[in-house]
Amino acid sequence: MTMSENNQTTTAVAEAIPQQRDADSAPLLQVKDLKKHFPIKGGFPIRRTIGAVKAVDGVSFDVFRGEALGLVGESGCGKSTTGRLLTRLYEPTHGTITYNGQDISTANRKQLAPIRSEIQMIFQDPYASLNPRQTVGSIIAGPMEINGINPPGGREARVRELLEIVGLNPEHYNRFPHEFSGGQRQRIGVARAVALEPKLIVADEPVSALDVSIQAQVVNLLQKVQREMGIAFVFIAHDLAIVRHFSQRVAVMYLGKIVEIADRDSLYNRPRHPYTHALMSAVPNADIDAVKKERIRLEGDVPSPISPPSGCRFRTRCWKAQDKCATEEPPLVQISGSREGHLTACHFPEEPTTADRGEDIVLDPALAALEDESGANA
Amino acid sequence: MTTLTKTEDAPAPTGGDAFLSVRDLKVQFSTEDGIVKAVDGLSFDIERGKTLGIVGESGSGKSVTNLTVLGLHNRKSTHVEGEILLEGKELITATEPELEKLRGNKMAMIFQDSLTALSPYYTVGRQISEPFRKHTGASKKEARDRAIQMLEKVGIPHPKQRVDDYPHQFSGGMRQRAMIAMSLVCNPDLLIADEPTTALDVTVQAQILDLLKDLQQEFGSAIIMITHDLGVVANMADDLLVMYAGRAVERGSVREVLKSPEHPYTWGLLGSMPRLNSDVDEPLLPIPGSPPSLLNPPSGCPFHPRCAFTDKVEGGKCKGDRPTLPVGRGSACHLTADQKQQVFIETIQPRLG
Repeated sequence: MTMSENNQTTTAVAEAIPQQRDADSAPLLQVKDLKKHFPIKGGFPIRRTIGAVKAVDGVSFDVFRGEALGLVGESGCGKSTTGRLLTRLYEPTHGTITYNGQDISTANRKQLAPIRSEIQMIFQDPYASLNPRQTVGSIIAGPMEINGINPPGGREARVRELLEIVGLNPEHYNRFPHEFSGGQRQRIGVARAVALEPKLIVADEPVSALDVSIQAQVVNLLQKVQREMGIAFVFIAHDLAIVRHFSQRVAVMYLGKIVEIADRDSLYNRPRHPYTHALMSAVPNADIDAVKKERIRLEGDVPSPISPPSGCRFRTRCWKAQDKCATEEPPLVQISGSREGHLTACHFPEEPTTADRGEDIVLDPALAALEDESGANA
Repeated sequence: MTTLTKTEDAPAPTGGDAFLSVRDLKVQFSTEDGIVKAVDGLSFDIERGKTLGIVGESGSGKSVTNLTVLGLHNRKSTHVEGEILLEGKELITATEPELEKLRGNKMAMIFQDSLTALSPYYTVGRQISEPFRKHTGASKKEARDRAIQMLEKVGIPHPKQRVDDYPHQFSGGMRQRAMIAMSLVCNPDLLIADEPTTALDVTVQAQILDLLKDLQQEFGSAIIMITHDLGVVANMADDLLVMYAGRAVERGSVREVLKSPEHPYTWGLLGSMPRLNSDVDEPLLPIPGSPPSLLNPPSGCPFHPRCAFTDKVEGGKCKGDRPTLPVGRGSACHLTADQKQQVFIETIQPRLG
């Protein structure tokens, strides 16, 4: 299954970024059947493993040179864990991560050292990800120091240059993180991540801790460094509109699995997986004159990743679920009617056209009851 | 329509049908670093059954305003001026026992973080029935039945069993539902929702917002919806107040503010947020700089250091004069009405897609 998936994703990028494809068509990063299970310990007097949180449970995707792949999903779906697995901040339980043809999923510290400089990470919380006892200069110069890189003109000159690139005053070289606002700190995080001119940046919710007006500044900055330096991004976020703005391809995760992956247009305009469809319809639109989309209101919350539902994981909240969904796990494949590279894991996918959609689906019992009542009164 | 008819400088008695009216409210905290002007001359009215959206960034004073309405501020370190009238009753000078009679009964609040807002020590059912018993004098049994009924109304499955659960046994969405049940248990006339869905996932957010809307129709409460998400207010609110640095900078109906915004800050907010149908090749239009410190807010218009249009105003008025928010629909900005319209149509609107 993973092999065929892989072939299909490879072709997907043809439309998204043709220029990179010409240069080198092999993916920069290949992830195959990646799993991360966190053990749950319990019992007395001898504590043993009594279960596992299946945070990431069989994820496969490719990232190509210079492209931005968005990873969306609700809290607990495993998107951040996936990001940390890619940078090897967590050890994978199963599966392989191939970077530039080299398997890094089991590589040791020494083997990883040269690769670490090529894969960088930007964290969510700009207050927690910068050492409060280091100056901005030493924070940004840190990666160069560790990797023994001496840029022409010296590290300090390079740091000042980086500060300028990310829109900070180079004179702030000797300041400490607490002297900066949240948006400025995130810029420092970006400067640190691009200091080594990496090939891949994993950005884990880089703007969600920031105010709306500052979010846009940081998104524009990330887009600038991505385009100018040709860095591939794995952009993890829960805000569907920001992911759409930033990424050429987007993967949707639900309970540790990718349920749908496609180029931006297909995913946002013609989602095939009912979950993706529900997610899109739940986003509140600030345009009050926008064409009223169908309203899909799911029931309840995401189930626990400790004992996920059998078969298709979304079936407990899905309005299309049938017996088959409980017994058979749907593979992530290209289904008929989808564009090249648009993969969906669903037995009963939505129609490829949007024409016959438009009916509201209200699964939430409280809402349904209240709306029946008001309907009856009216 | 909510009547938004008073100017900022007119602490006059309320007009007829406003149910809550706030007049020239000033809230100041004294801190070690100096006096923080968290709210500086804010006025608004809200009618029964209507929803007022208040949008602004962190530190714009939107939460402080509503904590002051409920009297939940620290009275020792807070200096409050102005008027808050709930059905003609002055709340700023009201004593604590008087406020206690109103809180949970006439007015209630839904907080952002349900895990910290609910007590971990009491069952959900007890926390819902407590205000009901206090305000109606109901027996334990009656209050418990009421709690079960409310849990059912907000969509908690098996309410008879779940009423004895503790908050940690509920998921995030269910806790927020339980908090809504608690706030509505006495049929309050005013419900203040402070970022009620910010901590929730988007599919759960959609459920909760619809639930609030449906319950509002049934209970006829007025809702003040505090949020930073323009999408949420577009869905929920009738009227909109945009706050910046402790002041209202623009107000009007939701349609007016979102479709023909007048204040450069509102333009900035709209331009900062990508939408699901916006053009992905256009870069976002962020507001430069960062929000001001309320210890030492900028002179004149508080937005002038971040505003791109100050050069259109003659005589440097932006730095010297504080613009007033006009009667009803309008914005606190020195640009003329024609300039606002022209700038919006020519430079802002095309970028919004």
